[in-house]
Amino acid sequence: MKEIILAKVGEVVLKGLNRKNFEDLLIKNIRRKLNPLGPFEVKASQSTIRITPLDDSIDMDEAADKVGKVFGVVAYCRACAVEKDIEAIKAAAIEYLADTLEDARSFKVESKRSDKKFPYGSPDISKIVGSFIADSFPELEVDVHNPEVTVTVEVRDMAAYVHANALPGAGGLPIPSGGRAAILISGGIDSPVAAYMMAKRGIELTAIHFASPPYTSERAEEKVRTLLEIVSDYAGRIEMYTVPFTKIQEEIKRSCPEDLFTIIMRRMMMRVSQRIAEQHECLALITGESLGQVASQTLGAIACTDETVTMPVFRPLIGMDKKEIVAVSEKINTFETSLLPYEDCCTVFTPRHPRTKPKPEMVRKAEAAVVWDEMIEEAVQNVKVNVIYPK
Amino acid sequence: MEVYLDNSATTRVSPRAAEAMMKIIGSVYGNPSSLHAKGLEAERSLRAARRTVADSIGSDESEIIFTSGGTEANNLAVLGAARARRKRGNKIVTTAFEHSSVFEACKELESEGFEVVYIEPDENGSISSDAFSQAIDGNTILVSAMYVNNELGTILPVERIQRIIKKKNAPALFHCDAVQGYGKLPIKVKKLGCDLLTVSAHKIHGPKGCGALFIKKGVHIKPLVYGGEQERKIRPGTEALPLICGFAAACEELEDIPGRLGAITQLRDYTLSKLEAIGGVVRNSPQDALPYIINVSAVGVRSETMLHFLENKEIYVSSGSACSKGKKSHVLSAMKLEDKRIDSALRISFSCDSTKEEADALAAAVKEGMETLVKAYG
Repeated sequence: MKEIILAKVGEVVLKGLNRKNFEDLLIKNIRRKLNPLGPFEVKASQSTIRITPLDDSIDMDEAADKVGKVFGVVAYCRACAVEKDIEAIKAAAIEYLADTLEDARSFKVESKRSDKKFPYGSPDISKIVGSFIADSFPELEVDVHNPEVTVTVEVRDMAAYVHANALPGAGGLPIPSGGRAAILISGGIDSPVAAYMMAKRGIELTAIHFASPPYTSERAEEKVRTLLEIVSDYAGRIEMYTVPFTKIQEEIKRSCPEDLFTIIMRRMMMRVSQRIAEQHECLALITGESLGQVASQTLGAIACTDETVTMPVFRPLIGMDKKEIVAVSEKINTFETSLLPYEDCCTVFTPRHPRTKPKPEMVRKAEAAVVWDEMIEEAVQNVKVNVIYPK
Repeated sequence: MEVYLDNSATTRVSPRAAEAMMKIIGSVYGNPSSLHAKGLEAERSLRAARRTVADSIGSDESEIIFTSGGTEANNLAVLGAARARRKRGNKIVTTAFEHSSVFEACKELESEGFEVVYIEPDENGSISSDAFSQAIDGNTILVSAMYVNNELGTILPVERIQRIIKKKNAPALFHCDAVQGYGKLPIKVKKLGCDLLTVSAHKIHGPKGCGALFIKKGVHIKPLVYGGEQERKIRPGTEALPLICGFAAACEELEDIPGRLGAITQLRDYTLSKLEAIGGVVRNSPQDALPYIINVSAVGVRSETMLHFLENKEIYVSSGSACSKGKKSHVLSAMKLEDKRIDSALRISFSCDSTKEEADALAAAVKEGMETLVKAYG
């Protein structure tokens, strides 16, 4: 009895002539993800990717967990591969699924037969396997409408597969089918979630972090690296650029009106980010803003921020409540790290009463008191790069 | 030749663990909570160590709480879980042969008004999953069971427990004391289905004074001590970084656990065949026990007499369990063994470094003891 993993691809199959490209990317990503665990065969057939371990000592629990984190996989399950023989299928159903069936109260059997040479039709297979299970587990009830466990028998070209309920996969599209974009990440709750959400749509991430030592510490940067490491578990390798931002922030503090500190800082960050993003062939910026969450995230402030850049700015959290954002951050495991209490560049020099409806002309005028180009250039020139890999 | 066969009591610290500790003591002296560079350096060491320990049981690093050892981790798990779940039920299910740090914590909980069920081992020194199934009910808030019994090496069917809890719809957390199985059996917290799991450094060639409690993500327990923010406020106090790093170094040496298990099984079989060939020596451990532990009785010679006789030859074993010197073993009593067999029980426990030569020396010495020592019983 050989155990394999079946991964179901969803949206990918809708992509017409590009389907092969998407599928190839997905297979490549699954292979890369599983590589540390040992050798696997990863093959696509129909809308399913079949993942077969080539070594008996491979930890299948871990392998299944990893497959569940690959974008593009809609659902996945562990299955038992057997000979295309009805007796072998029956035996596999009660042996391989023994623990699951023992714990369940109700079940049904679903069959799919793509090998039309197999002597039994799908309804027959379900009937035969179903009654055999019912006999073997007398306490188990048959429930065709709302079963706790659905035993699935798939008779395919190479073999038959028996499995129980599939688990939901990470969904989305395979990376980097969506292209490359740069996430502005501070270390709070929102930006890692925004990064995750865009990676889910197939975006390959580059990260930009602003550091203002000694106002911010090495620890704040370390925290961002930790967050990116968690995100990279889904998103894959991430290049992180840390921008030395102290001079610009000090200059804002020195020369600009207090109620505009934050908005001007955001505008500077966008300018710097676009330069870095262009250098690294990113086509968009990503931020973790949610409309109205804080003063710099009002529509007025966002409009005033965006006039400084020409690239599209993605804000995947724009319509989400804090509670919804926290729920995602808990799901992807960044929440606890995000709560670590270090100063970041957004909390340095926070004005007492930030302006919530800044007028662009007013902001432009306030900025004009200083020549920023050199400072921006210097910041871009002196970025420090770290490459973050999944742990 | 020194023959140390009491590895279930404690192990020699490995050179690598000792070196790791000396490095931290000598140079990484910062407080991991300090904001400056010395603090950050210490925090990085702490984090690396936490990750290593987490990997050794297949958990996430955020699920590891470092403690002063197995005893504290067991107390924290049992008392902390029961007190956090007081409103959801009143019953605790455990076994009658737990380590005293679980047993005494349960006694304390009884005095706080909890009902505790102690499942007795059967005549083979084992406990079936059915016994847990009978004991666990909808009022059960905590099940605490050891993975491997420290006296006999019995392996308990712990991977069934979470399923029983689910089936009974019990609001129970499952705590597993894995101190004796750690590093000897492959341990994956997900596979074992535990919410809490105790491990200790000094049983795997790490330092004494350091252990860890795995607390599954989302599981809340009450702390035993209060103070700072360390260890997610569940175990505050400045972290014992040298010991923790020694623990991690010992973890890194836990290679090829199934391979070692195979080698020790051979050594166990060899040792047993030698010992059982001696008149009066009988085995107490069940056939399917963890091979790192052998419990035998050299019938006629009191445990302590034989222990001191062997000690004179630089051979170190244990009488019953080292934690309950002088007391009659509860486990052996539960197996309904004759008194003279209980009184003469010896525990021989291997580490991955144990050798055939050591087994030969032990067998020769036991044989000499049986032939020359004055028997306590006729």
